[in-house]
Amino acid sequence: MGKTLAEKVWDQHVVRRGDGAEPDLLYIDLHLVHEVTSPQAFDGLRLAGRPVRRPDLTIATEDHNVPTIGIDLPIADPVSRTQVDTLRRNCAEFGVRLHPMGDVEQGIVHVVGPQLGLTQPGTTVVCGDSHTSTHGAFGALAFGIGTSEVEHVMATQTLPLRPFKTMAITVTGELRPGVTAKDVILAVIAKIGTGGGQGYVLEYRGPAIEKLSMEARMTVCNMSIEAGARAGMIAPDETTFEYLKGRPHAPQGADWDAAVASWRELRTDDDATFDAEVVVDAASLTPFVTWGTNPGQGLPLSATVPDPELIADENERVAAEKALAYMDLAPGTPLREIGVDTVFLGSCTNGRIEDLRAAADVIRGRRVAEGVRMLVVPGSMRVRAQAESEGLDAVFLAAGAEWRQAGCSMCLGMNPDQLAPGERSASTSNRNFEGRQGKGGRTHLVSPLVAAATAVRGTLSSPEDLSDDLVGAATSGDDRN
Amino acid sequence: MEPFTTHTGVGVPLRRSNVDTDQIIPAVYLKRVTRTGFEDGLFAAWRSDEHFVLNREPYRAGSVLVAGPDFGTGSSREHAVWALSDYGFRVVVSARFADIFRGNAGKQGLVAAECEQSDVEQLWKLLETEPGTQVTVDLVEKTVSAKDFTARFFVDDYTRWRLLEGLDDISLTLRHEADIDAFEQARPNWKPVTTPIATP
Repeated sequence: MGKTLAEKVWDQHVVRRGDGAEPDLLYIDLHLVHEVTSPQAFDGLRLAGRPVRRPDLTIATEDHNVPTIGIDLPIADPVSRTQVDTLRRNCAEFGVRLHPMGDVEQGIVHVVGPQLGLTQPGTTVVCGDSHTSTHGAFGALAFGIGTSEVEHVMATQTLPLRPFKTMAITVTGELRPGVTAKDVILAVIAKIGTGGGQGYVLEYRGPAIEKLSMEARMTVCNMSIEAGARAGMIAPDETTFEYLKGRPHAPQGADWDAAVASWRELRTDDDATFDAEVVVDAASLTPFVTWGTNPGQGLPLSATVPDPELIADENERVAAEKALAYMDLAPGTPLREIGVDTVFLGSCTNGRIEDLRAAADVIRGRRVAEGVRMLVVPGSMRVRAQAESEGLDAVFLAAGAEWRQAGCSMCLGMNPDQLAPGERSASTSNRNFEGRQGKGGRTHLVSPLVAAATAVRGTLSSPEDLSDDLVGAATSGDDRN
Repeated sequence: MEPFTTHTGVGVPLRRSNVDTDQIIPAVYLKRVTRTGFEDGLFAAWRSDEHFVLNREPYRAGSVLVAGPDFGTGSSREHAVWALSDYGFRVVVSARFADIFRGNAGKQGLVAAECEQSDVEQLWKLLETEPGTQVTVDLVEKTVSAKDFTARFFVDDYTRWRLLEGLDDISLTLRHEADIDAFEQARPNWKPVTTPIATP
């Protein structure tokens, strides 16, 4: 019987088959490291007198704690500064390559790996961060791990793992204009639930997926974890090879040909079977936003805030009641009428160059609404430089948005970029959990297009809600009423 | 890691589903570089509410947490397990755990006991009608019991064995170092390395 993509990559990395209850021992091709989940792992190595087995398969960057303005100054928060300093000391001591704050290659770990060409088809990629699933866009088996596992990979370059089940997410048909990869994955999560992918590797396939760019594929795979799946994958194809060719760490010359020949085999065989299958019709999708406090609580932008009393399942009803209380929303409110204080464009989900271009196209010649602040945070310093070379920074600045340095920023409340209690955001990030963007903050997850349109109108909006409100015609502040 | 065979302690009913790791410990508490002392961050936002279950006697001294389905979703932060352990929890009972949380728990001697939701409901009722009820979790028999109530729970055999023996993964893996060496010898030479390359 044939194998799925995930099974092929798994089988190529088995160092030792487990017998009976024992898991397989899997080789790890690439270990990405950042400052938050690594200090205790380095400490563990030090205590046991163990080296990093393969520093040449390990790379570190500073992302979660770093401020996105004033990066030439020391980090103001002493605890954050200590964590970053600790990473620097550990990388120096153990011989791990590090891209620190201010470095030309610094950025969010899941943006840095792909842009350097380190993330390649058929590799196993891990990081102490659940959004490692991003790298599955290349046909890599990539998943987040805890700090004990970080130490384990550092010490052995392997992980003991039990095989995952496989789930096909087939997206048929064609996406309509204005509907993005973010809308696809939010709709998938709403369909299968935040626990629907538990124990599975998701394989996204079908014509609508094949048409996506690498950036868009990364957005989809990034949020696999929000459906409970540790990993999501997309079979590599010409789009993948085209993206990789010429990148600093991509194979060169004869190695490139050998690599591509091997990568072409990385497709689910026609006679392979998945443990579960889900089908989504791309043509039925419209811009999608979340209303609640988990990423499965999402609806089309045209919908209204749901009424918990109409939810049959008791657990879901209670969860919805708690979510609406936290979000301060009343059932029946049209989502389009929800006003926001802040718009955040960035993160490992939507902080890549295509995301910035898409948002800039919407906001060009328009103004951010009165009373709304918009943060634009490139996913990496390379993305930032690229955007500046295309003049995107000028577009955002002219609209009244803030143009910032690279980092995780407002995706999580670990650095200075946070919501104040009670503030509401439209955010291109990945989690709308209570307090995720700052204690008491309220988050609506959206695509870059919806983020940009929302910034202009001040309420959750899509670009089609923007008519003739280009600067010079009228100020957009009126739209908030 | 300390071996775990059985544990008896006060059960704490947490009537919430989708308890994500940002609720278990908010990101602001993740800045420490030590491995202990995370108990103050446990459920930090909820603990500012005086009615929250852990702010009430006798639940305050609980060591067996009984929670709704999809416990530990979201971030990979092992700090969530450290915070629960540092507070004094030895067991979490839920109908469904997020994969990464379950794995992290198993590495740190915290038992993630997967029960039927109907058993969780019964435990909730018992712990709420008789606060302070002692819950016994027997990893040998894979049972959770309190008063007259007993239910089976699921934990995978390998994790159970490691918890019972108190074994740590790295030393187990290093027994197979020859296999790792052999695998590395056979890897294609075009696989990526992170060694710096001159960048323009």
